[in-house]
Amino acid sequence: MSKLYGVLAEFDSPEELVEAVRAVRARGFTRLEACTPFPVHGLDEALGLARSPLGWIALAAAAVGVAAALLLQWWTGAVDYPLVVGGKPFFALWPSVPVTFELAVLLASFAVVIGMLALNGLPRLYHPLFEDDNFRRVTDDRFVLAVEAADPLFHANETPALLVRLGALEVRLLEEKA
Amino acid sequence: MADLAIREPFELNAPLIEGRRSYSEITSDVARVVESRPPRFWYIALAVSGALTLVFFAVLTHLVRTGIGIWGNNQPVGWAWDITNFVFWIGIGHAGTLISAILFLFRQRWRTSINRAAEAMTIFAVMCAGIFPLLHTGRPWRAYWLFPVPNQDLVLWQNFRSPLMWDVFAVSTYFTVSLLFWYVGMIPDLATLRDRATTRLRQIVYGVLSLGWRGSARHWNHYEKAYLILAGLSTPLVLSVHSIVSFDFAVSILPGWHATIFPPYFVAGAIFSGFAMVIFLMIIARKVYRLEHLITMTHMDNMCKILLATGTIVGYAYAVEFFTAFFSGNPYERYVFVNRVTGPYAWAVWTMFACNVFAPQLFWFKMFRRNIAVMFAVSIIVNVGMWFERFNIIVTSLHRDFLPSSWGHFTPTIYDVLTFAGSVGLFLTLFLLFLRFLPVIAISEVKGVVPSPGQGKGGH
Amino acid sequence: MSLVQISDSTPKPLETGRRYWRSLEELAGTPQFRRWVEREFPRGASELLSSSSRRTLLKLMAASFGLAGLVACRRPQEKILPLSKGVEHYIPGKPLYYATAMNLAGSVTGLVVEAHDGRPTKIEGNPRHPESLGACSAFAQASVLSLYDPDRSRVVLRQGRPSSWEEFARFAADHFRAEVLGRGSGLWLVAGSQPSPSYEAVRNHLLGRFPEARWVEFEPISREAMRRGAELAFDRRLETLYDFGKARLIVAFDADFLGVDSPGVRAIREFSRGRAVVSETDSMSRLYVAESRFSITGAMADHRFRIRSSEMANAVEALASALGLMPAHSGNFPWAAAVARDLAAHRGASLVLAGPGQPPEVHALVHLINEALGNFGHTVSFVAAERAPGEASFEELAAALASGRVQTLVVLDSNPVFAAPADFDFAANFSRAATTIHLGLEADETGSAATWHLPQAHYLESWGDLRTLDGTVSIQQPLIYPLYDGRTPAELLALLSGYKDQRAYDIVRNYWTARWPAQEAERRWRRALHDGLIEGTGAARLVPAVDRRRVLAAWRPRPAAGGIELVFYASPSVWDGRFANNGWLQEAPEPMTKLTWDNAALISPATAKKLGVTSGDVVLIEHEGRSAEAPVWILPGQTDDSIAVALGYGRTVCGRVGRRVGHNVYPLRTSRTAGFAVGVNVRPAGRRYRLVSAQDHHAMEGRPLVREATLRYWREHPDFAQHAVHVPELKSLYPEHQYTEGYQWGMAIDLNRCVGCNACILACQAENNIPIVGKREVARGREMHWLRVDRYFTGDEEAPEAVFQPVACMHCEKAPCENVCPVVATVHSPEGLNEMAYNRCVGTRYCSNNCPYKVRRFNFLDWHKGLEESQKLVFNPDVTVRMRGVMEKCTFCVQRIEEKRIQAKAEGRRPLRDGEILTACQQTCPAEAIVFGNINDPASRVALIKKQNRNYVMLEELNVRPRTSYLARIRNPNPELV
Repeated sequence: MSKLYGVLAEFDSPEELVEAVRAVRARGFTRLEACTPFPVHGLDEALGLARSPLGWIALAAAAVGVAAALLLQWWTGAVDYPLVVGGKPFFALWPSVPVTFELAVLLASFAVVIGMLALNGLPRLYHPLFEDDNFRRVTDDRFVLAVEAADPLFHANETPALLVRLGALEVRLLEEKA
Repeated sequence: MADLAIREPFELNAPLIEGRRSYSEITSDVARVVESRPPRFWYIALAVSGALTLVFFAVLTHLVRTGIGIWGNNQPVGWAWDITNFVFWIGIGHAGTLISAILFLFRQRWRTSINRAAEAMTIFAVMCAGIFPLLHTGRPWRAYWLFPVPNQDLVLWQNFRSPLMWDVFAVSTYFTVSLLFWYVGMIPDLATLRDRATTRLRQIVYGVLSLGWRGSARHWNHYEKAYLILAGLSTPLVLSVHSIVSFDFAVSILPGWHATIFPPYFVAGAIFSGFAMVIFLMIIARKVYRLEHLITMTHMDNMCKILLATGTIVGYAYAVEFFTAFFSGNPYERYVFVNRVTGPYAWAVWTMFACNVFAPQLFWFKMFRRNIAVMFAVSIIVNVGMWFERFNIIVTSLHRDFLPSSWGHFTPTIYDVLTFAGSVGLFLTLFLLFLRFLPVIAISEVKGVVPSPGQGKGGH
Repeated sequence: MSLVQISDSTPKPLETGRRYWRSLEELAGTPQFRRWVEREFPRGASELLSSSSRRTLLKLMAASFGLAGLVACRRPQEKILPLSKGVEHYIPGKPLYYATAMNLAGSVTGLVVEAHDGRPTKIEGNPRHPESLGACSAFAQASVLSLYDPDRSRVVLRQGRPSSWEEFARFAADHFRAEVLGRGSGLWLVAGSQPSPSYEAVRNHLLGRFPEARWVEFEPISREAMRRGAELAFDRRLETLYDFGKARLIVAFDADFLGVDSPGVRAIREFSRGRAVVSETDSMSRLYVAESRFSITGAMADHRFRIRSSEMANAVEALASALGLMPAHSGNFPWAAAVARDLAAHRGASLVLAGPGQPPEVHALVHLINEALGNFGHTVSFVAAERAPGEASFEELAAALASGRVQTLVVLDSNPVFAAPADFDFAANFSRAATTIHLGLEADETGSAATWHLPQAHYLESWGDLRTLDGTVSIQQPLIYPLYDGRTPAELLALLSGYKDQRAYDIVRNYWTARWPAQEAERRWRRALHDGLIEGTGAARLVPAVDRRRVLAAWRPRPAAGGIELVFYASPSVWDGRFANNGWLQEAPEPMTKLTWDNAALISPATAKKLGVTSGDVVLIEHEGRSAEAPVWILPGQTDDSIAVALGYGRTVCGRVGRRVGHNVYPLRTSRTAGFAVGVNVRPAGRRYRLVSAQDHHAMEGRPLVREATLRYWREHPDFAQHAVHVPELKSLYPEHQYTEGYQWGMAIDLNRCVGCNACILACQAENNIPIVGKREVARGREMHWLRVDRYFTGDEEAPEAVFQPVACMHCEKAPCENVCPVVATVHSPEGLNEMAYNRCVGTRYCSNNCPYKVRRFNFLDWHKGLEESQKLVFNPDVTVRMRGVMEKCTFCVQRIEEKRIQAKAEGRRPLRDGEILTACQQTCPAEAIVFGNINDPASRVALIKKQNRNYVMLEELNVRPRTSYLARIRNPNPELV
């Protein structure tokens, strides 16, 4: 027993895809998924996606890195095991700069990558779209717009027709395995 | 550099991809490399580099069993080829991130065809580099004490004032971030390979590696942001790494090491050698895999210009070093530099000048910037020269320092030579494996710079 | 004080319990086992360990494993008495100190030996002993290593096959009978010089039994020429004694009295006291040196005249005539008049001396000069030198051998087959004697050629007594039961002659107690053991009159001989060859050339140019049809047309360390050319030979490292030392660490006293378990000496001056090495020591790179590989033995600091006294050049010294604040001659 996931429309240029997305959203559709072989600029506005918060995540992680590094160097050098080394102070800011900087960068980078994956819900090895044999061309030269059946305005006959009118090369209904 | 000052340095108007290729053609051009059986050249090269790699590990085993004494190091020359190789490889490891990060931030779109390979090169070079600081220690089995974990009964910590500790942080951070950057950049292309996979094994492997990427707009939204931030982080990072490596010397009190110009001087040198290595590898790759239309003359030309620029900066740094020594009036400092150009290692210094300062000057002329043979030769010469630069800084400064009574001489042993040759073998092996199994060119990025079939203009 | 009663006949295992030793012991202890070992592993089966095949190594290991039992802790069986310095009775882990004495070619030094758990580990001088005064020489320092030398002869050999003392005893009983030897006309005994009353008593007993037996004293390096000179001057056989301390003016003719020409240390101690200055107003002695070889004495000279040894007689004559003692002299010695005037101005406080290499007439003339200058009884005195009854010269022995008149030849502690004058063909004729018996530490060239070879007991294993030149007698106490069942020469003679006492202990004890009133005997014996010398033994000082007519009659003018001369001198490393198997000495850099593991033909740059050779070229030296090869080493300051070459190298039958090291030049040395040979023929052999110098560069490059001035300049500029270099005002970015609390250790080294004798290097090596690395590794610059003595030449290349500068870790307060160590393996102690935590070191060598003084030493390889059990016994248990891959360096002898600290704590937490703690180098320094102490105590010696205006810090401009500072060198030239 399988249920309908939605309808797929293939376009062969990013411009047509963007047009289609704008048109569909103008009609009030909300549950859309647009897939492209490379980032298509303007597509995210068309879909009305929010700006990615990754910048703030990175900033926070960097701050943690700075704090951790300074704490590490101060505590180990001046508190836990103070040793006279070359008659220098147990802790000083300048010699601590390199380690602090590196640790900040390290944590920030990890945060960005992990954050990106999290926000994208990756890794996710299965997705209904993968059911469609032709979908794999989306990583090659196809630009796909999917309107999910879950969308309140979705209609098994009219939506595909609409997409055809918007210049899709090919429009298919996609069943998703239960 | 008048030539570059008067007009846009890099030719952006020239088509970055030659001939009008469709998306799928680009895809197959790159994927073909991974999917078809490699050419005979690949097998021969792998056999050679593999053999060298085995030599490498054999020598390192002997080293750990017998001691640093198998090398030529001595008193006063405590560091010699070991640290020379370290700095050499780290230097090479700089072009990759530079191309990916800095050129990306400067919107130098010509980078797209070469950044993937350059990043791979960075990863492998840093791997080779990392081996030396660990195994140049007298007791490598204790080298983990260099990492910031409390050890020896959980009481002792490290000395965070030591530039060697800074190295540990810088190099490991650099390696990790470069790796992340490289991998993140590869996810969409891995997805491509997954979708083109014909065998189950490839499907599974590439499927797992691509983490289930489906190129949805939401993905691309976060993805591009992440990539941008990583680039932003990598840029100061790549500059910091070689600055910190240079601190190993600049922070010491040794004449010839203790110099404030070292950080910029080292960074320039690193980019210089890195680009030379990229040119070297790219020339081979594009020839063997017939990617001339993707890695075009324009790319090569641009890289030659960078070589020219950085090479000239390095030359300037040499001059400044000598001037500072003279101007300081410090007899020890002065002697070191007189000794460099006239002493027992003068030949090495002059080799360095010839390779690093004079050879790149050819690239003032377009005819040379577009002559593969010349480029290939210069790229090798520059890497030789840069290796000698590090050798000169380290050995000629050490072998005659303050007290003439303890002056000495360094002569490499066969093991010094084999260790270095072996590390080259490891580097090439890793690179060959990369060519075979991973997308050499950033497919999705290249598609971004070719005109879309939709209308005539480039897909911005 | 109570006796240490140690008397068990079977050796004890080490307290530290190496179990398998115990189990092997009985086996290993038996002579049968040792003979088996010998048969399995004949001497010399092993090459130098570096080049030894795995098989050989395994054999050696097995052998040493077996022999381990022999060297397990074994205390002497008789009662011996620790010096009061040591604790009353043995406490495990606490060292004991015993007084004893060492004899080197007749020169005796009183010693105090430190023993850990019954094994001697460190030699010090005996402060009560007149020839030591608390110091001791490099030879004495290194002698402890020879004790544990696994290549020492271990069993009795008969015709080279393992035998036993029992077998030999049976043979001796049968052979040394009147029925066999008659009155001994065919019996000859050759012995190294051993001035020992009890030994002489046994010897005389033997010579009494065999009246026609002949006794020969043989020393390749001897004072015989000086004795003959005295005979010529005084018609009496006398030993000449000098007092360098009283001499304000010294003129030395080819006399390296600070070096190999007086192997003791008293000369250095007295001389350096004469040089000691505190303020510029002080006066100091003046030293004129006329010599052919550039010696360390020449390096200390205020005026050095390069004169060939063969022309030295003319120089002495010139001086004599300038003093009006001889008719006017025509020779070209412009300085003679000035020196004569200077001498005349120091009547009774001057000293003229000639070297043992100079002929008797020269010594006679020198006596005449000293007498005329009124030095007799002040700086020069004499004691009688008796001959043995029936003493014959070596020449007579050689003749007797050649003519087959020698039936039985006994060789005691001597190696004539190797070192005999070449013109005697001794080696060839040696076997003409029907029976040859050799007693020696090793089965050397002589031992291996002899019918019987008998293992000799090392002096640290022996009871005995030794007499210094001035007659003071010390008791020799053993510190360890003989490792290899060796016997002393006295014991052998007793065995051969059936002396009443057979054991060395009885021989020496009964000899002395018989001379003391019975009731006092015990007390005086103990006293002698305790003090290391017998009170009231010094011989009477004589002041005879020179027979001027004889001296002048014997004098014949010498025309300046042309051609090239060859000068022989004792090696400061291997002496006459007897220390060839001592790795410490082999690796100790020769003071002037800094050569290690080799001797060389030293020539001046001009002569090198003339011969068309350079350092490392092998030359063929020919003289009177004899020839030998040696590599050339160009030594600035060497006299032109004069080649100096050290004796004792090129041993062929020797242990694995010394075999075929260097080149043997004895084949060129005849009885007439013991000092030097004139008119030798030298030509390049067309080969190169790798000579290894521990110092590659010999100029200071105009850097103010060693700072020196003339006395006059110092008086004009009292603070010249501080102003040799401009030190900018250096400020720190940070609040600096204050070293103001408690003890703050520091050191001062007086370059005006240091004579570069190497004693400190060896002392440091023995104290701190410093490994040797061998010639190849020294060539690579991997020598491990924590303390090195830098030698720089100044002035022009042909006639330079030389300066010495001992350099060890400076313990900088702002140590650059510490900042760069990533694992805090080297840090500062609260008392200002730059400490090295070996087991924390990972070996990045960054510290060494950043050390401006390059005093850090890295274990590039495992230097202790293949060490035998016996060799491990020499280690000082108070100092870690460093493993491969770690950095090491001078610690200011931190173990000695802690020892005293603990002692002070035990004694009611009293503060440490100034001078209580002596570093190893300081303690042995014959010149008293090194002072160590608490710089935080303004009254301490070191603090006071650092206040002197000669005090300066090397590389002060680097602002690393070293704790070691130097006192500038002062020369005192004659204004007339500058």
